[in-house]
Order: sequence, then structure tokens, then C-alpha cells
Amino acid sequence: MERTAIHVRNLRKCFRKRSRFRKVSELWALDDVSFSVAEGETYGLLGPNGSGKSSLIRILSTLLIADTGEVEMLGHALPAEQQQVRRIIGRVSVDAAFYKKLSARENLLYTALLYGQKARDAEIRAIEILEELGMENTKFSTPLEEMSRGMQQKISIARALVLNPPLLLLDEPTTGLDPKSRRDVQTFLEKLKEREGTTILLTTHDMAEAERLCARIGFLAHGKLVAEGTPGELKLQANAIDLDDAFIKLTGEELSDEELVAVEE
Amino acid sequence: METTMRQTWAFLFRGYHLTRRYIGWVIVFNFYAIVTSATVALIGVAAGNYQLTITLVVGALLWNYMSSLYNEIAMSIAYERWEGTLEYTFMAPVSRLVHLLGVSLYSLINSVITTLIVLVALVFLTNLTLRGANLPGVLIIVAVSSLAFVGLGLIAAVFPVMSAERGAEATHIFQGSLLLVSGVYYPIEVLPRWLQPLSAISPATYTLAACRKLFGVGMSGSTSEHLSGAPLSAVTHELFVLALMGAVLMPFGLWVFLKVEAWAKRAGKLKRTG
Repeated sequence: MERTAIHVRNLRKCFRKRSRFRKVSELWALDDVSFSVAEGETYGLLGPNGSGKSSLIRILSTLLIADTGEVEMLGHALPAEQQQVRRIIGRVSVDAAFYKKLSARENLLYTALLYGQKARDAEIRAIEILEELGMENTKFSTPLEEMSRGMQQKISIARALVLNPPLLLLDEPTTGLDPKSRRDVQTFLEKLKEREGTTILLTTHDMAEAERLCARIGFLAHGKLVAEGTPGELKLQANAIDLDDAFIKLTGEELSDEELVAVEE
Repeated sequence: METTMRQTWAFLFRGYHLTRRYIGWVIVFNFYAIVTSATVALIGVAAGNYQLTITLVVGALLWNYMSSLYNEIAMSIAYERWEGTLEYTFMAPVSRLVHLLGVSLYSLINSVITTLIVLVALVFLTNLTLRGANLPGVLIIVAVSSLAFVGLGLIAAVFPVMSAERGAEATHIFQGSLLLVSGVYYPIEVLPRWLQPLSAISPATYTLAACRKLFGVGMSGSTSEHLSGAPLSAVTHELFVLALMGAVLMPFGLWVFLKVEAWAKRAGKLKRTG
């Protein structure tokens, strides 16, 4: 029987903002979201900006506490077991969050030390990962601010993987990458899944990427999970010819021009 | 234990390499620290009064150390926000105690080095002699007072957690207030009466008072050629107060930080833009 890696049930999160005149406005980032991801599965979350994807990833990353609902990551409940969850997850966010003045090597070694790993072992593993991602190791000592966005994002992925986590949270990892870099990353993720059996939760705007990498996909819109299934099931449910069409029909939303440009870049 | 040591080392590693990469700015800040300290100390030299000179040198030197220590810790969260690394640090499986102690340890080392540079510069610029000063006693006072300043830094570090926009501003207001009421460059008695009670709750007040005695300020027998530093027994009151402040402020600072962190996670304030 497959073990559940990620279990989310009835998750709700509301952000309240007080205006100048003391009026409180509410924004429901997540509204009764439930889904599960089996161990070793790659699950995709698709939705336009503001649909709740990033809030969900941040809850799973222990950076945000939900208002109500259950969250378990490989059997560890959040928010009670935050430290245990932090040991088993790696995260890649859409903006490569690094100390830009430091080199790739310095950033990766810092992360390894922060996670209690031996620096030497981490360095060897990081070089292996970067070579697999098509990056020359001569770039290892270059400050990150001198690298392209594609290279920075590869370093970001290497940072998450150098820790060898059983659970990967990828928040739009290929947004803004050139086509070759995007393909390198996607191929790498496929091989990673085959080799290590890593469970991956992937948010993306790229339908083709979702269809290539994900066994199942959930559509998020206005904080609600409006549909869920394999790419084939979703197309059938929506009576759609492709996943784009299925997304628009099931969510009633189109990706904005900005989101489409980000995918095409 | 091994993991905790590596995690603490991570913050020293990070601090060292960031200092190395920003060495131009480090030089500029140290130059500015030397110049601002010297411009104050030279007031005593201009007056031809070595007691005033030592008083001002002690004030400039110790304020440089204490404000550097406080500032590095208080602004550590703000720096991470600007870099965009705040979420990654908070997501790491490192206890907040180890995180903040690692940051504090690096700040301590950095502050000691900066202060030594300023000290050498001041001795050179003012021709001040340190012969006869109770320097070991000064080191003890500074070490004990560091705990209190680390605690204040931890408390102030919550401001950037609470507000990306206003947080850094609030830490500077807090720091400025300490400068005003602690008798750094003037006796507390010259402050307006309604401000004077605030000096009693600033660790800097006791640090400065003790160090001035240990340097021989106001001690009979002190001359411009040879100081007559007080023994450590002469500053037991200040030592006791500083130890008490450190014992209270450090755990309190950590407690406040943890409470604010939990609030920030509920309110969604850990994002780069707050």
C-alpha cells in the first residue's frame, strides 16, 4: 500500500488587512483545500497568480500557519512538528533566494552547514548535481549576481537537492528560464524521481511541463481546489482537447498575459 | 551536538564570506567609525584636558562596540529580507536559539575587531596613554555587558519581522534613544530631569560608568603620562547590574522573538515584501 507523503485536509487561510480607517478586509488565500500526494509521486498544482499556490507551499514549508485544517508531511503534523518537517523538505521558489554577492559554492556550503551536513560531502554532491543540470563547475566560484537567471535557478535546485530530501516543494522552478534550461531542469527532475523516488509537489503555469512531469494535477482558483486528476482525467472531465482548455473550462480563468510571457521566456 | 556546532559555524561562515565580498563597504564603515570617534575625542585634546579626552575616548570606543553589536543583531532580519533569504533561513531545521546565537557570535567578533581598529586609531590620533588603566577589568565589564546588548539586539530584531517597511526604522530609533540617555559623551545630569530616569534602564550607562573608573577617569593619581585605573572591586555594583540585565534580557529577547515569529507566521509577514 502506498504511503501518503503529503496529506492536506480542509485547509483554510485568510489574510486580514486593516485599512487607514480601521476597516478590516479579508482575503481567503485557501478555502477548504484537501488533497493527498503519495510517496514517490509528482503532483502538480496549477492556477493563476493569487490562486493560493504560494500560500499552500509556504504552509507546507512551515513558513505560514494555516487558520484551520490538517497538514501532515510524511506523518509529521504541522504546525506542531515544524522541526521534523524542516529536516525532510527541500524547496525551490520562483525567485532564486541567495546571497547574491556570494558564489554558488559559498551559498551551497552555507545551506549544507545550516542543515547540519558536512561541508565536504555537500560540495561533492552539489558539483554532481550541477553537472547533471548542464552547468560547468568553473562557474562554481562566480558570485551569483554575475550569473544568468537560468544558472541561478539551477543553483537553487542544487541547493534543495544537496540535502537529499525525500520531499521536494517546487514553486514555479522553471519560470523565466530559457527553453534549454527549462528542458534541462525537467529532464533532471524526471531522472531524480526514477532514481531516488523523491516525492515532488510542483506549482507551475506551464501546462506542457505539468503534463510531462506530473502523475496528477490539481487546479487551484480563488483558493479552492476546483478539479483534480491525471492529465487525461482532467481533459475528459472538461471535455477539452488539451490541458490549457481543460484549465480554462474547469476554473473559468485564463492565465494572464504576464503569466504566459513568463512561461514563454 | 555535532549538528549544532555545524549550524553555529554556518552563521560564522556566512558572515565571514559576506564581509569578504563587501570589503569595500567594511572599509568605509570602519573609516567612518574612526572619524566620528576621533572628532569627538579631539574635543578633549583641543581643551587641553586629558581627563575629558579619556572620558570622550571611552565613550566613543564603547559606544562604537555596543552599537555595532546591537545593530548587527537587530538588523540581521532586515538584511535577510533585503537579500530575499529570510524564508530559507526560517525554513532550515535550526533552532531559533542556535540561529540567533550564531548571528550574535559573529556580531560579537565583528564588533571586537572594529573596536580594536578604532582604539588603535584613537590612541594614535590623540596621543593618549593607556598605561595604568585596568584593561583586564575593562574586558570583563565589556564581556558581561555584551550579554545585555545581545538581549537588546534580539528584542530589536523583531521590529523587521513585524514590518518590512517600518522595522528597520524602529531599530534605529531604539538605538538612538540609548545613545541619548546613557551618558556616552556627557554626564547624565545634563539631561532634562524627565529623561534622566531612563538612563537607569540602559546597560550602556553602567558599562560606561564602570569603564571610565577602570580607565582612571576621576581617580586621584591619574596623570596624562600614567593613568590610575580603579580595581575591579570598585565597580562591583555596575558588574552586578550588567550581569542581572544580561541574565534577564537574553532569555527575554529570545522569548519575544519566538512570540513575534509565531505571529508573523500566522499573519504571513515572512515574505520578502512582508
